[in-house]
Amino acid sequence: MENRPLEYDYTVAKMFMLTTIILGIVGMLIGVILAFQLAFPEVNLILGEGLAEYTNFSRLRPLHTDAVIFGFTFSGIFSTWYYVGQRVLKVSMAESGFLMFIGKLHFWLYLVGVAAVVVSLFMGITTSKEYAEFEWPIDIAIVVVWVLFGLSIFGLIGIRREKSLYISIWYYIATFLGIAMLYLFNNMEIPTMLAQSAAGESGIGAWYHSVSMYAGTNDALVQWWYGHNAVAFGFTVPIVAMIYYFLPKESGQAIYSYKLSLLSFWGLMFVYLWAGGHHLLYSTVPDWMQTMGSIFSVILILPSWGSAINMLLTMKGEWQQVAASPLIKFMVLGSTFYMFSTLEGPIQAIKSVNAIAHFTDWIVGHVHDGVLGWVGFMIMAALFHMAPRVFKREIYSKSLMATQFWIQTLGVVLYFTSMWIAGITQGMMWRAHDEFGNLAYSFIDTVTVLHPYYTIRGVGGLLYLVGFLMFAYNIYKTMSARPVEESELQNASPMGA
Amino acid sequence: MFHWLEKHPFFFAVGVFLVISFAGLIEILPNFAQASRPVIGTTPYSTLELAGRHVYIKNSCNACHSQLVRPFKSETDRYGHYSLSGEYAYDRPFLWGSKRTGPDLWRVGNYRTTDWHENHMKDPAGVVPGSIMPAYRWMFTNNADIDTAFAEQLTVAQFFSVPYNKPVPMKDGSTTVVKMGSSVAEANALALAEAKLIAADMKDQDVKDAVANGQIPEIVALIAYLNSLK
Repeated sequence: MENRPLEYDYTVAKMFMLTTIILGIVGMLIGVILAFQLAFPEVNLILGEGLAEYTNFSRLRPLHTDAVIFGFTFSGIFSTWYYVGQRVLKVSMAESGFLMFIGKLHFWLYLVGVAAVVVSLFMGITTSKEYAEFEWPIDIAIVVVWVLFGLSIFGLIGIRREKSLYISIWYYIATFLGIAMLYLFNNMEIPTMLAQSAAGESGIGAWYHSVSMYAGTNDALVQWWYGHNAVAFGFTVPIVAMIYYFLPKESGQAIYSYKLSLLSFWGLMFVYLWAGGHHLLYSTVPDWMQTMGSIFSVILILPSWGSAINMLLTMKGEWQQVAASPLIKFMVLGSTFYMFSTLEGPIQAIKSVNAIAHFTDWIVGHVHDGVLGWVGFMIMAALFHMAPRVFKREIYSKSLMATQFWIQTLGVVLYFTSMWIAGITQGMMWRAHDEFGNLAYSFIDTVTVLHPYYTIRGVGGLLYLVGFLMFAYNIYKTMSARPVEESELQNASPMGA
Repeated sequence: MFHWLEKHPFFFAVGVFLVISFAGLIEILPNFAQASRPVIGTTPYSTLELAGRHVYIKNSCNACHSQLVRPFKSETDRYGHYSLSGEYAYDRPFLWGSKRTGPDLWRVGNYRTTDWHENHMKDPAGVVPGSIMPAYRWMFTNNADIDTAFAEQLTVAQFFSVPYNKPVPMKDGSTTVVKMGSSVAEANALALAEAKLIAADMKDQDVKDAVANGQIPEIVALIAYLNSLK
């Protein structure tokens, strides 16, 4: 027993792989529909006049963002956790019946939560707060799911054999803590059924309805403290956890610098939370908060680039792998998009730039070069790396993987370039005055001018979706193929060198 | 220190938590009480307006329309006076939005009429050629949820002391009282009385008939809300 390699148990990892793929398809498909609705408004009636209420842009938009964030991305995070966690802590889930039970419960309750979210958003039951649209019953379910995730993390850590926590574990712990804190505070709300009328009636109106504990400017502050940092702890921290494990594993290279990883981790933790104020520049929150948000956003370049440079330098001397392996391509381009996106964000957070960029499509473009180029690429790369080891089969087609890479890269480039142009065009037109000091354009002029860019963006999104379907097909064919590998590949651990 | 932390997960987690909670405490807390104070002339929403606000939220109007006028000449020219913090004192949740696919609506009550909204919600491109806004025809047949709006009024009055049935100071030195029902039946009666005033300015015969029969279609509540944004 002592000298045999551990047999890890990937049951839960496999379950979450499935939801990563399915919810990814759902979220991206809705995204493509939304993109074409903006270019061609008739698409709002895609299922006819009778169902217009459920297929119209405004009803679908929260479904898109939530399916991609809480569906695709969080499934990916959970899936990689149930894979990476065991391996870097050198302990198998099969060793603990309790943790196995928690893991499965985590998955099934998550699925129930997803179903509740989909139904409620289609019905228009929403608090309106972005990425926190869910009413209180679903919030409670989400908290339970999150506690189960935490139990799984700290449970596995509790029975670990490898005493020192690998870098990825730092980031998973931070994901758990960060989201827990942000979600709880932003969703403080009072169910309206608790109120009593003067006539003594209670339980009035919809039982699921609630009202925010914060009003107006305060509500905005808490929401964007949440909104910005949910991006941090959903789209950055856990994705960095993934790349710190999967890039060294896949390339066989050791992490370039331990000190750089230390600096980037603690730097990111400290700086990120301050930056939420950049969503509220020129709003009614106090000026000093706006300035803090702006300054810390610029400082945020340091820890962000620290991680990205650490990743790119991990490939030092091994750049031929980028040409040879489509999987390495995904991760290296992902890191590059991460650098690009974390430079673009701070630029948009500078007050004078924000005056033009805010409320425009440039912001939408920024989110998408980060999410499509960094989050999406990294999660797909992680699943591609996991699939042969989890299913004990070779990847079905490497050339399909390479084709997918190029199609999706083209999609991302079309997406963000068109949104840059659209955003800056609209921002400049809104503020343009003619020689007499009157507004040069009516609002509708600044909408119709965007039509070509909206069309290009739709095509870019469609290409990305096509690539994702190729990914899903590739994984499906891998899963369903005849097993060829008797045991998993024994690569060097990222801790090794 | 870091090597030690990496071997002691509990203290590691505590360390991370301290580092990440710092910013929220310093940025959010100091201004909390001040930011929630209403400016003179800001009144709580009536039952019908609040029901309309729920229609606005239900259809995620905030996905495309902001409610925040920034202090730039181009924005004050287009939308009116820039936003003041206290004007949002009764906005739970805030509806500033993050994207202006359509124009800002924070002061739309100053320059659009009931009639305009009615036509526009039925056929946006018919009113504004080139508009990419979808039509919202179901709002003419779905009924607004007055009970829930009333429950919300009761909640904010009880938990946050929002001044319903109390004099609220106005800009001209006078005071006004926003009424809230004492029972579900009275709340519905108040909303219906307000709905009749809106319906009188509308042309859609089905909506007029519905209101005459004691029903309140969503569109009536929504227009009441939009008209209240000034």
